[in-house]
Amino acid sequence: MDSMHDLGGRQGFGPVLPEADEPVFHERWEAGVFTIVNRMMRQGAISNVDQFRHAIERIDAIAYLTHGYYGRWLGGVENLLTEGGVIGTAALNERVLSLGGEADDPVAARPRPHPDQVPPAAETGAARQVQAAPRFSVGQSVRTNSTTTSGHTRLPAYARGRLGVIVARHGGWVFPDTNAHGRGEQPEHLYCVRFEGAELWGEEAEPGQSVHLDLFESYLAPAPSEPGDLS
Amino acid sequence: MSEHSPQAIRAEALESLLIDQGLLSESDVDETLTLFNDRVGPLNGARVVAKAWCDPEFRAALLEDGTAAIEPFDFQGGEVQKLVVVANSADVHNVVVCTLCSCYPWALLGLPPAWYKDPAYRSRIVREPRRVLEEFGLTVPESREIRVWDSSAEVRYLVLPERPAGTGDLDEEALAALVPREAMIGVAVL
Repeated sequence: MDSMHDLGGRQGFGPVLPEADEPVFHERWEAGVFTIVNRMMRQGAISNVDQFRHAIERIDAIAYLTHGYYGRWLGGVENLLTEGGVIGTAALNERVLSLGGEADDPVAARPRPHPDQVPPAAETGAARQVQAAPRFSVGQSVRTNSTTTSGHTRLPAYARGRLGVIVARHGGWVFPDTNAHGRGEQPEHLYCVRFEGAELWGEEAEPGQSVHLDLFESYLAPAPSEPGDLS
Repeated sequence: MSEHSPQAIRAEALESLLIDQGLLSESDVDETLTLFNDRVGPLNGARVVAKAWCDPEFRAALLEDGTAAIEPFDFQGGEVQKLVVVANSADVHNVVVCTLCSCYPWALLGLPPAWYKDPAYRSRIVREPRRVLEEFGLTVPESREIRVWDSSAEVRYLVLPERPAGTGDLDEEALAALVPREAMIGVAVL
């Protein structure tokens, strides 16, 4: 999904600003949101982590940049709890007003009228056996997919349609692109792929720079072995 | 975000509705605070680093299979289903990010600092790592490759920094106290 979350390589955000003696949580409500998400995940109101990550990707794009990390989580969990009928938007808005909020306060959540039906995970964790043999081997050159969908994926936009080299195999894992939407775990082999800086950023790449990404098998195709070979 | 920001109020509203429904209790939030304030934090990762500095066999095992090597520590806090440890050397400097969300090895480093989750770091470190590291006060020589590890799946990354000179007489515990969180993310060295 081409939403605001996919930040790698975007420009215009200014300096990184570390905070001295930063607390784990700045405000109690942040710990509240963190706890709600973990509890809802254990109780099955959030079915799996991929569904939750996608719920964050679906929040308002401006809120994504301005509400902070736990503000994004709040939008994501509100999406899922209202879509799942665990709480009602009207009841939540009413409670906000009774706690001193305003009717026109910004809200990150953008719940969908016809949400995905995602069954709770049957197994914990995401490592899975994959019966099929891995398609790629260490040292092999691959090209990533050049297009995407409006759904969840873990292939960042900056690495689409790029040439890389497999540097490690990580075994089989739940495929986030289907699991997030209730279309099954469909586990795939996962590979660590190395991309040279110049392949990603062209002539502006810094010297001696590479990026490593963990990518699912269906994001990858064998790279043509010779220039001009389009097989 | 202040205590009375719209986000704070909406979070409080959501929490109170879930408590009304019996889906959450006040003490759940206190448990979170205790777990991440007191029990899970960067000292876990620092202990792993210090052991790797002192014990060559452990270092080799850690770099070969991080998940298995840290099992005896029995860290809590979740979020590390597979651990890959990447070692800095004279030739390579490693730095970790999650550009798509904010994946981070919670059990080893606790919850991430705000800058790690903010758009500036997530957008820039993959594109101009040397410039970003300069802003952290870290100049990496051009002869040294910078490898950025973008945590795009469930694998979590920990940087094994180089052991600083002049620490030969320190034991593991004293060494662990020297290792800042930033060195295990890769935005600092010792």
